[in-house]
Amino acid sequence: MNLLGENIWLNGVIIIFGSAILVFIGGAFGMLYRGIDRKLVAHMQGRIGPPIVQPFRDVRKLLMKENIIPDGAISWLFNAAPFLALISTGSILLFVPLFGQPALLGGYGDLILVLYLLIIPSLAFVVGGFASSSPYATVGAQREMIVMMSYEAPLAVVALGIAWRISQIPGAADPFLMSTIAQYPIWNLLGPVGVIGAVLMLFTLIVVTVGEAAKVPFDVAEAETEIAGGLLVEYSGRNLSLFYLSDLIKAFAMSSLVVALFIPYNLSPVLGITAAVAAGIVDGLFFLVKVFVVMFISISFIRTGMARFKISQASTVYVLAMTVVALVGMLLIWADFVIRV
Amino acid sequence: MIQEETKKATYTIPIGPIHPALKEPVQLMLEIEGEKVVNTDVRVGQVHRSIEWLGMNRNNPVQSLYVAERICGICNICHPFCLAIAVEQAANITVPDRAEYIRVIASEMERIHSHLLWAGVAAHEIGFDTVFYLTWRVREEIMDLIEYLFGNRVTKAVLQFGGVRRDITAEQLPRIRKSLDYYKSVFEHLRRVFLEDKTVRMRTRNVGVLSTEDALKLLSVGPSGRASGVPKDVRQDQPYSAYADLNVKAITPDIITGTVVGDVYDRIIVRLLEVKQAVGIIEECIERMPEGPIMSEPKMPRLLKLLTDAAGEGVGRVEAPRGEDIHYVRLEAGQSTLATWKVRAPTYVNLVAVPTILRGMQIADVPITFASLDPCMSCTNRVLITDRTTGRESVLGYEELHRLSVEKTRGLQR
Repeated sequence: MNLLGENIWLNGVIIIFGSAILVFIGGAFGMLYRGIDRKLVAHMQGRIGPPIVQPFRDVRKLLMKENIIPDGAISWLFNAAPFLALISTGSILLFVPLFGQPALLGGYGDLILVLYLLIIPSLAFVVGGFASSSPYATVGAQREMIVMMSYEAPLAVVALGIAWRISQIPGAADPFLMSTIAQYPIWNLLGPVGVIGAVLMLFTLIVVTVGEAAKVPFDVAEAETEIAGGLLVEYSGRNLSLFYLSDLIKAFAMSSLVVALFIPYNLSPVLGITAAVAAGIVDGLFFLVKVFVVMFISISFIRTGMARFKISQASTVYVLAMTVVALVGMLLIWADFVIRV
Repeated sequence: MIQEETKKATYTIPIGPIHPALKEPVQLMLEIEGEKVVNTDVRVGQVHRSIEWLGMNRNNPVQSLYVAERICGICNICHPFCLAIAVEQAANITVPDRAEYIRVIASEMERIHSHLLWAGVAAHEIGFDTVFYLTWRVREEIMDLIEYLFGNRVTKAVLQFGGVRRDITAEQLPRIRKSLDYYKSVFEHLRRVFLEDKTVRMRTRNVGVLSTEDALKLLSVGPSGRASGVPKDVRQDQPYSAYADLNVKAITPDIITGTVVGDVYDRIIVRLLEVKQAVGIIEECIERMPEGPIMSEPKMPRLLKLLTDAAGEGVGRVEAPRGEDIHYVRLEAGQSTLATWKVRAPTYVNLVAVPTILRGMQIADVPITFASLDPCMSCTNRVLITDRTTGRESVLGYEELHRLSVEKTRGLQR
């Protein structure tokens, strides 16, 4: 799918500006959602909590602060890691459908690319942690790597399960393409058995989202009371704000991915709106609501109700429990397909 | 010393003196292998305030009583209570019965406050902030009650040699009962949150185990010792003050679970049950409190004269929220201040167990395991060796300390 015909220059311009705008939008909505999340969690804990604009203020404040580089750190790596994290999280947004529209670069990359892109920010965190030469950051970096490797398996199973079911549709295009996934919402393809399987997969993906967003109970890499902030312990000022932003955008992108895989419905056909602009606005708002629901369940709600896992427990949850759940989900979807055909 | 050959490389992580997991400055040097703790070195001394010296250099012992209150903010009854018992013993002062009951009520309120504070901190250490906020909201009630009775939310300043400074009147009783009823109603909720929640269990069961033998060997006191199945409680073993009338039993975790593991979970059980027990004790005290004076000597100049003239030694033992607290006091005739004052706070004993309970734990377990002893650093720091010419602080090894002690004893014998 080419955006605007064969004119490669025009495409290039659109891609560059589009990416910049997307990262900006992703950051803005990421901060907004973080503000809402903090407020909701505070209310659930019986506190008043910060104002919703607090993340915006935090970022502004961090940008004004001094950027300290520890003496023992490898300074070029230490400085490069936050940029790497932000750029790679921003690039995820290019390949995930947002606001009810197809992904900006959906024609150039598919679900598998997104899964790989999701790894890079974590790697950037790990690199930054190791480069900062603090023992806390080293422990945090080790933990981040373990968590990252642990949630890859269930994530891959979920992606494969959905893609496999779509690939069985006669005449379907490349099943890993986001546009194909949006074209055939998974729930429409399944009978009762398969729906149970899909629910299990959705559950797995939500638990993986918690790990991707590094929130309680999977915030082992930062674990304030144990390793004093872990990976980010030496970061300050501009570098910290970049990590903070990439964390927000990653949470937003991951939630958008959940929406894209499991709730790719739009509101405008239901309401019968056909005008392009009106439909775009309605779908965009509906998308924001969907992302909010996913974020509320996977981030706010879970972290209010649980204690932090130990690294061994977090790893076990993903490698064993979640992988098994996802595999059972996949088996059910397969069984459903076999029964119905 | 010969360097032993190690198979895996270990590295050292310092926890403290300033660290989010610690509420007071102390340094744990953890020797780590992967994520596992191999060995621990505890370094205290960061909050040394010369408190005993201060207490011995006030204008009179009554002022020392307020210094004792400030050894530790949370233990603001057990320390002055202990000092008062020691001084009363040395100066032969008899305390009126009503005052003894008020002292016990105050110290049980302190226990409720301290244990709830600890429970909140423990929840925070395992990353369960919701429970932390919940527990501290529950703790507000006892602080309000303390303010209502003694005029301040934490520091009570109610003790005086030979009695207490404030009476509990009949009009105040309904308010006390209201608070106690609140704690009785909320206890079941707290029990469910702490003892039945799955993640709390995952983080505390079989973590930081102190076996009964180790607890006996390392002389652990207070809830830490009782959680390991050592039924040691000064209120039971050597009842002081009004506890002699009250029949307090030491609480061990097997009351609820049937077995003693000696882990963090058991320490939670013991502290939770002690909150319940404290509520019961306060209720009983209110029922049985006799009428009468609250001070043996209400006139301050006469009390000071009596203390100046008195000569002798006294030892106070009090079951503080963290365990057995001991104060030693020597009074000399004609000296208006305490001639000698020695404090041995419970944490001092419990810290010895830290390397044992941390051995083999993961880094993630360290905060909750260390916090499960409810360590109170400001209670513990007594000696700091400083070289005045260089300003350097040093730690004395066992041999040097032994040599110095022998020298000191020989000097005294001469």
